[in-house]
Amino acid sequence: MLRDITLGQYYQADSVIHKLDPRAKLVATIAFIISLFIVNNALGYCVAAIFLAVVIKLSKVPFRFIVKGMKTIVFLLLITVVFNLFLTPGEALVSVWKITITKEGLRTAVLMAVRLIFLIIGSSVMTLTTTPNNLTDGMERLMRPLKIFKIPVHEVAMMMSIALRFIPVLLEETDKIMKAQIARGADFESGNLIKKAKSLVPLLVPLFISAFRRANDLAMAMEARCYRGGEHRTKMKPLKYKRCDGIAYLVLGCYLALCIGIRVVT
Amino acid sequence: MGIIKTDKLVFEYIRRDDEGNVEGITRAVDEVDLDVKQGDFVAILGHNGSGKSTLAKHINAILYPTEGTVWVDGMDTSEDKNLWDVRQNAGMVFQNPDNQIIGQVVEEDVGFGPENMGVPTAEIWERVEESLKAVGMYEFRKHSPNKLSGGQKQRVSIAGVIAMHPKCIILDEPTAMLDPNGRKEVIRAVRALNLAEGITVLLITHYMEEIIHADKVFVMDKGKIAMEGAPKEIFSQVERLKELRLDVPQVTLLAHELQKSGMKIPDGILTTDELIDALI
Repeated sequence: MLRDITLGQYYQADSVIHKLDPRAKLVATIAFIISLFIVNNALGYCVAAIFLAVVIKLSKVPFRFIVKGMKTIVFLLLITVVFNLFLTPGEALVSVWKITITKEGLRTAVLMAVRLIFLIIGSSVMTLTTTPNNLTDGMERLMRPLKIFKIPVHEVAMMMSIALRFIPVLLEETDKIMKAQIARGADFESGNLIKKAKSLVPLLVPLFISAFRRANDLAMAMEARCYRGGEHRTKMKPLKYKRCDGIAYLVLGCYLALCIGIRVVT
Repeated sequence: MGIIKTDKLVFEYIRRDDEGNVEGITRAVDEVDLDVKQGDFVAILGHNGSGKSTLAKHINAILYPTEGTVWVDGMDTSEDKNLWDVRQNAGMVFQNPDNQIIGQVVEEDVGFGPENMGVPTAEIWERVEESLKAVGMYEFRKHSPNKLSGGQKQRVSIAGVIAMHPKCIILDEPTAMLDPNGRKEVIRAVRALNLAEGITVLLITHYMEEIIHADKVFVMDKGKIAMEGAPKEIFSQVERLKELRLDVPQVTLLAHELQKSGMKIPDGILTTDELIDALI
């Protein structure tokens, strides 16, 4: 059962958005998030919504996949809305017993909810259209200037991609250890939360030991294949900007300019 | 001098207690002299703890000798300036197929070695294609390594090593974790490389069947080389092999028993066909 888990949430499709350089997509996502905080009125959010809708349409990812990602933040969304709705001081709109809903409260609550939803949809469009591999590559390339500050960008990216490679291996291992322990009478199912958490300890100890052993073996195998960090390294699949990336940056620039324009004018 | 040569190689593991005092010294490799010719298929046999893996790690400069010297293609492995050339020339395949595949896609893993060496992008692709074809894994190039069988994973590991264009490859019990089919696949791929590409092979194993085609066999015991010679010479000494706690192939054992009971059969029968020929 654990083996069927899909990594990240990549959705395979043949679209312009899929073909874009991961760097362009990362920059666009960050720019989109910033734009959400630039605009502060209905018109601005309409522009953001249209932009997002066009991108989703182009990406050919079914809308329900994107909505699926929203499930995880429903709780967070509710808390934000409730707190903003009831705890913002200002002109009272409805007042029942001690609870008052103010005009300002309603306004911020709606604003925050829309912002959060757009933010999540925007970033899930990126993760849905970019393989985890491409994503780490893009991040490595984008963060390269940080090397000046002695930040080991290549090493971090390598660690991320190795982690991605080993998630299914470790999941399989967890599955095996669990089965071995169930066969010897271990109980992972019953009891309350604390009891369940406690029963995981005998699972985690062997898992950690084996993960360390694997790491040791892997480090040796990497050294044996001449791995010596990012220096002198060439890329098998180097990232190259294509024409569509240029167009994407252009469109993004226009969108950002429009957002700033709306903010300044209104 | 051959492609791999060791001279009085000694390696000691030092065990320390919690305070860092020396508790004991284990000699894992003890005065081993090895000389492997370019293009040979050499097998090293030995039961667990005989020092054969420790010896292998010296050839790839993962371990450095306590005493003595190791040369790979004429380069002393203990000199820092030779380190990367040694590792490129003597590729190493390890036991556990899961713990040596770095890439998330087969072709990316094979490209890992050349990437580290700074090979230009276009050439990496050529090397990847040629090495995957050499081990018969080309049609799996876009697959995730997690979905392959053990034997296939080991063949990918071998491809990853030969993409670095080494002069020799060292295989440290590459079949120990595989099923019989996977074992055959891997050994077949290794033999093909040896015969077709002329790559020197140093195969470390405890499966006797795998060394039948070797040009030369070394048997290790307690860190020393206990026996050395062609497979036929080794297998003719069944009693000595048993002393060293090694299993003799069934056919050889049968021939040996028949010989002991008085039948006229030549020494060192290795395959069923040979035994049939000798009997008829």
